[in-house]
Amino acid sequence: MSTATVRSVSERLSAAGTANALELRGVTKRFGALAALTDVTITVKPGERRAVLGSNGAGKTTLFNCVTGDFLPTSGTIRLFGEDVTNFPAHERIRRGLRRTYQISLLFTGLTVFDNVYLACRGVSRGRFSMLRPRKGDTLVQSAYELIEAVHLSDIAQIKVSELSYGQQRQLEIALALAGAPRFVLFDEPAAGLSPKERAELVEILTNLPSHIGYIIIEHDMDVALRVAETVSMMHNGRIFKEGLPSEIESDPEVQELYLGGGHG
Amino acid sequence: MAVSDSPLQSEAETRRTLATRLNGWVQSIPIAYWVVGAIMLLMPLIANDFFLYQIFGWAFILGMIALSLMFLAGYGGMVSLAQMSIAALGGYMVAILGDSGATSISLGWPWWLNVPVAILVAAIFATLIGALAVRTEGIYTIMITLAFAAAFFYFTRQNYTIFNGYSGFGDVVPPRLFGVNWRDAIPFYYLTLGCATICYLAVIYVSRAPFGLALQGIRDNPRRMAALGFNVVAHRITAYTFAAVIAAIGGILLVWQNAQIAPGTAGLPAVIDILVIAIVGGIARPIGPFIGAFIYVLLRTFSPDVLQALSMAGDRYKLLIGLGFLVVVYWSPDGVLGLWDRWRARRRRRDPLVDKPEAS
Ligand SMILES: Nc1ncnc2c1ncn2[C@@H]1O[C@H](COP(=O)(O)OP(=O)(O)OP(=O)(O)O)[C@@H](O)[C@H]1O
Ligand SMILES: [Mg+2]
Repeated sequence: MSTATVRSVSERLSAAGTANALELRGVTKRFGALAALTDVTITVKPGERRAVLGSNGAGKTTLFNCVTGDFLPTSGTIRLFGEDVTNFPAHERIRRGLRRTYQISLLFTGLTVFDNVYLACRGVSRGRFSMLRPRKGDTLVQSAYELIEAVHLSDIAQIKVSELSYGQQRQLEIALALAGAPRFVLFDEPAAGLSPKERAELVEILTNLPSHIGYIIIEHDMDVALRVAETVSMMHNGRIFKEGLPSEIESDPEVQELYLGGGHG
Repeated sequence: MAVSDSPLQSEAETRRTLATRLNGWVQSIPIAYWVVGAIMLLMPLIANDFFLYQIFGWAFILGMIALSLMFLAGYGGMVSLAQMSIAALGGYMVAILGDSGATSISLGWPWWLNVPVAILVAAIFATLIGALAVRTEGIYTIMITLAFAAAFFYFTRQNYTIFNGYSGFGDVVPPRLFGVNWRDAIPFYYLTLGCATICYLAVIYVSRAPFGLALQGIRDNPRRMAALGFNVVAHRITAYTFAAVIAAIGGILLVWQNAQIAPGTAGLPAVIDILVIAIVGGIARPIGPFIGAFIYVLLRTFSPDVLQALSMAGDRYKLLIGLGFLVVVYWSPDGVLGLWDRWRARRRRRDPLVDKPEAS
């Protein structure tokens, strides 16, 4: 392929507005008098992996809720792969390749692991309203099993979710977010409450994701965050006050004072 | 390559796998189901015409209408009080589009046209109700659907051009298909048994199909379902449409059974009765509404006699039904089905003392 074609392809792509995976402009979210997010502006490139750090109540989860459409922002715009999705319902954003996990697992506890993952695969493909049961060799059934294997839950695929351990539920939570063809994933504290071994598995899952899949990960554990992220955004009181490479953030005095409580290690 | 396979051999193979699959399917169904199925099929040998037509026929019909509520409430978490009205609309449409005593209104369409159109009209009506009701939760869903039920009742009573007002329609009978009079006890028994079985199996089948599975997901966790790409509102509305088909079949059979339909068919007492039937039977599984309907029909039919024997006013049967409702809801919020499940669980726990311990 000649460089000329490469340039014309990239030109066409940028002309089509595929510039950024995620672009927030002046997003504000108020709950009554409380401003959970104030004038948040973020740009994340396709395939970029970013960590969002911040103290409790900084507004990190609220940021995710606005991006996925769980809440509508009070003001500001949200663009997903160049498309203005500010007023889209959640399911429309998900069908465009956005995914998320929840800080507190939101699973279907009365259904089996397989049914949970199968629903996730169904949600982002056609036939959501199908009244016909899937057949044995159904490709969606196949991909559900592959996903279950990827998060190491194959042995308990037919177990009800309510009988799973906490760590297994967290893993299932991740599987639900990777169904279909994700393009951008929001991970809300996926490592919280996991054992060191489970943490290592999580880091492995995240670093092994195909490189075109970008994500934002909210993570209190600096070790995990800095191993799986290329860039870091710092939040405090509903604002993003610093962005940069992990090394810059770690050595930043303001960050040390606000977030790390004057030092770490 | 496939060419090397002799066609005969592969055909035999398909037949063999079909046979094993059929065998596996047969074995996967518990014996109790075969027993109940056989008893139901042979019932006309034991029961008299009154039982076949008035007890079983009616119980199957009310069971179907309550089943449509069970589908919405049990799988979708939506309690709709409009199911009886939807059923009655189906019944009305058969009278209006087909033949009835009110010859100036009825259009006289053949059954193969008026029955599907009646179901379609009921389904559209239910979809409209659903479109308004699914944006509300809990008590508000109940209120909105109750408002629809009340409006339907008063509208049918006051509208003479379409619904023939207070008197409704008489002489609405099933078609004489295959030369059978389907209002005879035995044919009617099999007709209602067949329809009830199909509806029952359809609900069980759909509950494990993507649509039903997603509906249960929405019941448990609508927010997560939206975050998985499901359109929660559209899914809930479709549940109303699906349930309406079942209710409408019940409504049409009800008209044929009574040979008439009038506003009272979907009056508020009838609307409440469907709720009572579903709750008393249990809405956790599709068999519940049929159990509830059977109990209701037995009480409704025989309690006047029992009360009179006890030298009380016979028309106090509603009191008995009400008391029964109270007892069941008090002792077992999940209905007779819940009582049964708990009794079985207790027996299973006791079993190891006498029997071999259960494999687990
Ligand atoms: N649905 C809601 N209604 C009202 N207030 C809310 C709601 N969700 C979040 N808040 C408030 O918004 C603020 C930010 O909350 P958020 O959950 O986004 O913080 P967070 O950074 O995710 O914190 P944590 O690290 O504890 O998860 C908090 O003060 C919280 O109480
Ligand atoms: Mg949070």
